[in-house]
Amino acid sequence: MTLQILVYIFVIGAGLGLAVPYGRFMARVFGGERNLLTPVIRPVERWVYKVCGIDENTEMTLKTYILTLLVFELLGAILVFAVMMLQGVLPLNPQEHPALRWDRALNLAVSFVTNSNYQPYVGERELTYMSYMLGVLVQDIISPSVGLAVIVTMARCFSRGSSPTIGNFWVDLIRGMLYIWVPLTLLLVFPLISQGVIQNMNAYVVAHPLEGGEQLIPGGPAGIITAFKLLAEDGNAWSGVSAAHPFETPTGLSLYLHMGYILFVPAAITFMVGWLTKNRKITVALFSTMLLLFALSMPLPFLGEFGGNPLLQQLGVQGGVSMEGKEVRFTLFEHVVFLVTAMAPANGSTLAQLSSVMPLSILQVIFNLGIGAPIFGCIGTGSLTMIHYFIVSMFLAGLMTGRTPELIGKKLDLREVVLACTSFLMSSFTALGFSAIALSTPAGLAAMSNTGPRGLTEVVYVFISTSINNGSFMAGLDVTQPFYNLATILPMLGGRFSTLIVGLLIGGSIARKGKIPISAASLPVASPLFIIFVIFVIIILSGLSFFPVLTLGPILEQLMMQAGITF
Amino acid sequence: MPGKITNVWQPSLIKQAVRDAFLKLNPFVQRRNLVMFLVELTALVVTIIAINDLFNSGNFKLDVQISLWLWLTVLFSNFSEALAEGRGRAQAESLRQARKDAMANKLEPDGKIEQISATRLRKGDLVIVKEGEIIPSDGDIIEGIGLVDESAVTGESAPVVREPGGSICGVTGGTRLISGQVKVRITVNPGQTFLDQMITMVESAKRQKTPNERALELLLIGLTVIFIVVVVTLVPFAHYLNVSIPAAVLIALLVCLVPTTISGLLPAIGIAGMERMLKSNVVALSGRGVEASGNVDLVLMDKTGTITLGNRMATEFIPTEGVTKEDLAEAAMLSSLADDTPEGRSILDLCKRTLGIRGRDIRAPEGSTFIPFSATDRMSGIDIGGREIRKGAGDSIEEYVNMKGGRFSEGTHAAVESISREGGTPLVVAEGSRVLGAIRLKDIVKPDIKERLNSMRKLGIRFVMITGDNPVTAEAIAAEAGIDDFIARASPGAKLEAIRKYQKDGHMVAMIGDGTNDAPALAQADLAVAMNAGTQAAREAANMVDLDSNPAKLLDIVEIGKQLLMTRGALTTFSIANDVAKYFTIFPALFVAQYPVLNVLNVMHLATPTSAILAAIIFNALIIPACIPLAIRGVSYKPATTEALLRQNLLIYGIGGLIAPFIGIKIIDILVIMLNLA
Repeated sequence: MTLQILVYIFVIGAGLGLAVPYGRFMARVFGGERNLLTPVIRPVERWVYKVCGIDENTEMTLKTYILTLLVFELLGAILVFAVMMLQGVLPLNPQEHPALRWDRALNLAVSFVTNSNYQPYVGERELTYMSYMLGVLVQDIISPSVGLAVIVTMARCFSRGSSPTIGNFWVDLIRGMLYIWVPLTLLLVFPLISQGVIQNMNAYVVAHPLEGGEQLIPGGPAGIITAFKLLAEDGNAWSGVSAAHPFETPTGLSLYLHMGYILFVPAAITFMVGWLTKNRKITVALFSTMLLLFALSMPLPFLGEFGGNPLLQQLGVQGGVSMEGKEVRFTLFEHVVFLVTAMAPANGSTLAQLSSVMPLSILQVIFNLGIGAPIFGCIGTGSLTMIHYFIVSMFLAGLMTGRTPELIGKKLDLREVVLACTSFLMSSFTALGFSAIALSTPAGLAAMSNTGPRGLTEVVYVFISTSINNGSFMAGLDVTQPFYNLATILPMLGGRFSTLIVGLLIGGSIARKGKIPISAASLPVASPLFIIFVIFVIIILSGLSFFPVLTLGPILEQLMMQAGITF
Repeated sequence: MPGKITNVWQPSLIKQAVRDAFLKLNPFVQRRNLVMFLVELTALVVTIIAINDLFNSGNFKLDVQISLWLWLTVLFSNFSEALAEGRGRAQAESLRQARKDAMANKLEPDGKIEQISATRLRKGDLVIVKEGEIIPSDGDIIEGIGLVDESAVTGESAPVVREPGGSICGVTGGTRLISGQVKVRITVNPGQTFLDQMITMVESAKRQKTPNERALELLLIGLTVIFIVVVVTLVPFAHYLNVSIPAAVLIALLVCLVPTTISGLLPAIGIAGMERMLKSNVVALSGRGVEASGNVDLVLMDKTGTITLGNRMATEFIPTEGVTKEDLAEAAMLSSLADDTPEGRSILDLCKRTLGIRGRDIRAPEGSTFIPFSATDRMSGIDIGGREIRKGAGDSIEEYVNMKGGRFSEGTHAAVESISREGGTPLVVAEGSRVLGAIRLKDIVKPDIKERLNSMRKLGIRFVMITGDNPVTAEAIAAEAGIDDFIARASPGAKLEAIRKYQKDGHMVAMIGDGTNDAPALAQADLAVAMNAGTQAAREAANMVDLDSNPAKLLDIVEIGKQLLMTRGALTTFSIANDVAKYFTIFPALFVAQYPVLNVLNVMHLATPTSAILAAIIFNALIIPACIPLAIRGVSYKPATTEALLRQNLLIYGIGGLIAPFIGIKIIDILVIMLNLA
């Protein structure tokens, strides 16, 4: 295991290390400066602007920016919804799939537009190629670009003084797609392919295994899809079993590569924010807070998984360690670190069935998601959420030291503080509210196959996961039912847009303010003290609202398990 | 100052505060504090539940106790507010008393004098105040010089001179004219006098909430909403796990979780801040000013009076070549005999010391003519017999000497330069065409100013000195006093310009002013402190008035402003950190009957579920009065770096807030069991 620990630390270190120059590159891209890819992509970018009639030098006001973003997302959702409803009559439907049920189609439309990629369906059995291309793939690349555009806008707003405009949504969006996602995916697919991740357009191969019968071995562009799913944090896997499939993780090293990829772009965003705001301290602060919280997420899952299950021990399993539902090609250590690494940025890639990990692991995952997934987090929204926490922490720290709060050279007022609060309290609101509805209505209860604390955990999990646009869920709850298709829509919308719109509103109000000089008395945002304070604020203000469900779910389950009680 | 209160639990105030606490239960009053309004509503609901239990079978004993403690929570909060108000009012009341029965000699347009009650005086009225009378209202002296006893307002027993024009023409209603007779133009309408404003600021209902206070309030309301969601959703979660929670217990949980401690004390903290200002003889005319004072990062100070003692003093004679010190001193003495300025007197003092003249009455010799100082010649002097002695600034004397056909001496030239460089003001003495030497006039920097400024600098505050002196002199004084920057040769408009410039760079600027020409700059500054002795224009433009007219008071004001913010921050942190312990108290209690394994979370080993719930709600109520002294006195405050302050307050109120309730609740739990309440 020592070797695995070293490899893990090395890969994560490399992923985070490479994020430093890449963050610089991203800052150049979004700052409109000359960069490595300018000679190749700039002509394409110009051409896109020309075709779409976009004037890249005209900036939008806050109101226009928000309206453009919302209308764009609305149209995107309508398109996905229409394609799914009409897929029966649209071309590219060799399997003659019928149209989706309306509740399913609506759920999928919202899910893809909000970057949740909550997938209570089996893609290949229900979606036509047309739906997959127009519905899934298009939004797959758009939704992280929208997230990126908003964090870029916020950083830009902090860097400016007294500006009535905040940037151009189209430019931010198109640059993200052209300079970031396409080249990055194309580049980073090679290390995966070198490990044997398949990348082909072959027909499925029929194998005749020894025990008889037939086995269908799929082909497809798994490399590209996997690379993109990891980098853009959408968790939309090529295979239904995600990273557990040998074509996605053919070797041990490829598994570690996955983890490095997952943290790469969110970490690079923290560096980009520093360059864009010309403030290195904010990067140090964002990055170290995230890394510290990330490290703090490790002990509980390790305790849970390696502690094992006394009930299994009674049945003769060595150490009571549960490998049920886990990919046995990988060690328990690898399972634990993969779970924490993939769930911290709300990526949602899985190596094991979520319903097969120990309660303590689920406890940590629910906590990390519940606080809004600010630990590296989704593209854009992770750093946004963390900045929202910074704003509220600065306000409280300012009170405690008798000063007006300030962040990155801007004064924080009533407006920013209140907005930041709404953003991160929103996920508690929708997650708890809809869980309560599900647990007190027959339709919600009908989908549950587990009882007791486990059943509660599963319901709460799905609503927390959708509230912060993670999109994973635990088996045991039949989420294909209309109730869950409809009930998860509001959490997905609320989680996504409360973060994005609040981010823009804060940005707009910050941009209008003048820059203030950093004085000797400005609270150093990168100091260990402030970082500890931010973590204190996250736990007390946001984490504590999940204390009851965590107690009644995973904690109760763990305690009962240790006492040998089943339910 | 009469009625100055130091003890928080002043018995005379407590009785009134208790009565007010009940009066404030009126929902229309309570509504001003939404979180406590919610607690009042829950108290009402639990009371109804308890009454219902009395007639049906229910846990009457528990419900009654919960409702009692909920009511007490609200009452404690109201009490803290009423107590703070009472203290402020007592502070102001003693001032108002003085004015109540005052009569005014109103001067009618036709020249007749009419006796009317002071409360009927309006802006623009003219009144005559005679020796020994109380000045009826706020105004400016327009005729006559008076010696005024302002002790009723400032507590300072030494009377002060007030005279028309200039910067010491303002008088305050309620003060007494000890000698002289003055004509005063009233500058305020009834109800708007200084004292009236002062009283308004300490009364909760009329007090305007400041932006920072509102931000905090909204944050607390946001948290409250989330805790309502947490508690309400708990019902279906518990139901799903086959646990039913009685409504009263659920409400107890809610009230324990919402930040009642800080919400309950928030108004008291604000009022107490005003009262602390009053106590240091500063009247805050708006809450904004108090808050802005905590944020000030740049202070504009006049040199004279703030940084240096009022006047320059002669400290040294530097004779030119071939002149003895005694000759120079004698000439200087003669030229200063008729010079009534403080500088002139200090030259005489120095002459006496140099020439060894003691106690002798120095008189101008017969047949001498004084040449008074004039702005055009910029020198003064005396013609006595055939001698023409002149003293003045270096360049003007040079001109004079040249005109007389003489030559300015090299040595004196050097002396003049070195005096300027060292922050002094050089005066040159000449007799006819001959230069005798230079006199060093020195600004005396206040003894404690450097230390004071240094401690404020730790808070990130920079100081800019404004002076009419030349840059060389200004720099030397700035260096001696530890000032960061200075504006030399400042014209009257320079202050306003400087403030605008600094504000544009993002600074929060404070300034002190007294004269009418300061008014525009005062209006522009974020924190503007007017001297009480200053003109009405200055006082109207300012957001604070310093009753002692002491410019160094600005530093106290900044400290009080910071302390006010810090008290809010400390209690907020304390209040929300308490929640951890409360969760660990109530949560196991709710579910342990159905799921005994959850007793692991009962880390305090509380005796029974009922005792745990009672202990939590009792602790939640009692922590409010326990924190009243802190809210009213403010957290202890020493200037330190921002990081050090944060560390210190986090340790005390953050970590303390985590630990204290564990201990408190355990003790209360033991008592509850001993008293057989559970």
